[in-house]
Amino acid sequence: MSIFQFYLCFKGIVFRESLRFFYQRERFFSALIRPLVWLAIFAVGFRSLLGVSRPLGQPENWPYPISLIPYELYIAAGLIAMIQLFNGMQSSLSMVYDREMGSMRTLLVSPFPRSFLLISKLVAGVSVSILQVFAFLMIALFWDIELPMIGYITVVPALFLSGMMLGALGMFLSSAIKQLENFAGVMNFVIFPMFFASSALYPLWKIRESSEILFYFCSYNPFTHAVELIRFSLYGQLNEKSLIFVFIFLLIFLMLAIYGYDPSKGFVVKKKV
Amino acid sequence: MNSQALIIKTLDHNFGNLKALDNINLSLKQGDYSILLGLNGAGKTTLFSLITRLYDNQTGSIEIFSHNIKKNPSKALANIGVVFQQPTIDLDLTVEQNLHYHASLHGMRKNVALDNALTELKRQNMQDIFKKKVRELSGGQKRRVEIVRALMHKPKLLLLDEPTVGVDIENRKLIVKHVRNLCAEKKIAVLWATHLIDEVDQEGKLIILHKGKVLANDTVKNILKNTKIKNVSNAFDYFTKN
Repeated sequence: MSIFQFYLCFKGIVFRESLRFFYQRERFFSALIRPLVWLAIFAVGFRSLLGVSRPLGQPENWPYPISLIPYELYIAAGLIAMIQLFNGMQSSLSMVYDREMGSMRTLLVSPFPRSFLLISKLVAGVSVSILQVFAFLMIALFWDIELPMIGYITVVPALFLSGMMLGALGMFLSSAIKQLENFAGVMNFVIFPMFFASSALYPLWKIRESSEILFYFCSYNPFTHAVELIRFSLYGQLNEKSLIFVFIFLLIFLMLAIYGYDPSKGFVVKKKV
Repeated sequence: MNSQALIIKTLDHNFGNLKALDNINLSLKQGDYSILLGLNGAGKTTLFSLITRLYDNQTGSIEIFSHNIKKNPSKALANIGVVFQQPTIDLDLTVEQNLHYHASLHGMRKNVALDNALTELKRQNMQDIFKKKVRELSGGQKRRVEIVRALMHKPKLLLLDEPTVGVDIENRKLIVKHVRNLCAEKKIAVLWATHLIDEVDQEGKLIILHKGKVLANDTVKNILKNTKIKNVSNAFDYFTKN
């Protein structure tokens, strides 16, 4: 196989995901509605109760240009990461469905290396999630969530990395789940703990004031670092610690996903693909 | 060119404690038309999953045109076209889009691949469905599109796992005839798994798989001659009930 053929294969996988995305518009809208409900109801409701201010002695945790910001501006980064979290899980759900329905086999019997096929599928899914995030950011302008121009550019690589990490987690889960019915349970055990035990809705220093144990749990939650990477990138800044965390978790989840779909060792061997 | 399309030697496969395949040995030459006959649960789909490397063989070896599927999967898989038991075609996309996707999975340029596919669809008088969504097609049309798709990258070994399930009698006949012609004209080796006795071609080879074991593997004529039985149905009973 030549490099050009690898390119053709990659292009084909991205093309198919884009078409599926285009034909399943309700999926796009539901993915958009979810964060908008949080933004328009939850965040606006809480606005009168709390804003978020710069933490004393921890300036590295503050990317915003002013010291006190409205709550909806704070949770915007968390909601963007939420879009990617749900997108990653949705992709993984569709992989379980594809496997049960048989169409996953078409991909797996391609002569290209399986790791390449899985990574291509991940990239295709992440591209879709980036489109969803930009649609959200456009609508969020109505709630005065306006970023510096540079933020709309610097957020793209952050979204790519965090999307890959969350997508790889979803792919790993899809390889380990036997049946579609089991997926709902895993969603409860993965999505909710990841989302609520993170800095998406409240800063970690606020959590620390209440519970030191929970604070440490949240500090090592990969989703926290996806949120923080995105939060800083929205203002043209780089959170190096979160970048390293996201990168390491991406590698771990990716290796687990590739292992999961390995024809000799992975979880798919133990059940019918 | 190696004339051995498929060689399987001492192949076993277990799912936990369940022995799904037990010491399978069989081979197909280029242009061979072989029916793999077995009841549901005989191990046909497991065998196909191993030949297509959906999972690796635990013992023995599988070679496709001299390429070991485990050691050199890329070259081995490039020679295989496969139609799975369950439809694997995307209902929301058009026939053209489905075929384009398959072409890219084999590293083929879109135009070349779709020209080949369109020629094949024309041959079957199905060119008018090219732009249609798969959801709008009948069961028989979907299966025939899957066969066209399996042949797009010009494989030399075609695997069909119960391709006529859910297809009416008329379309079943068309599919059987079409694959038989492919085998004769293009010298493609065909392994056709089925549980339907009437799909067994009197001129082809017959492999009887039962409870994971190959009980018979010869031409239909030889099997009938050696067992002194008049038809395939009775021969199947003879092997599986004795």
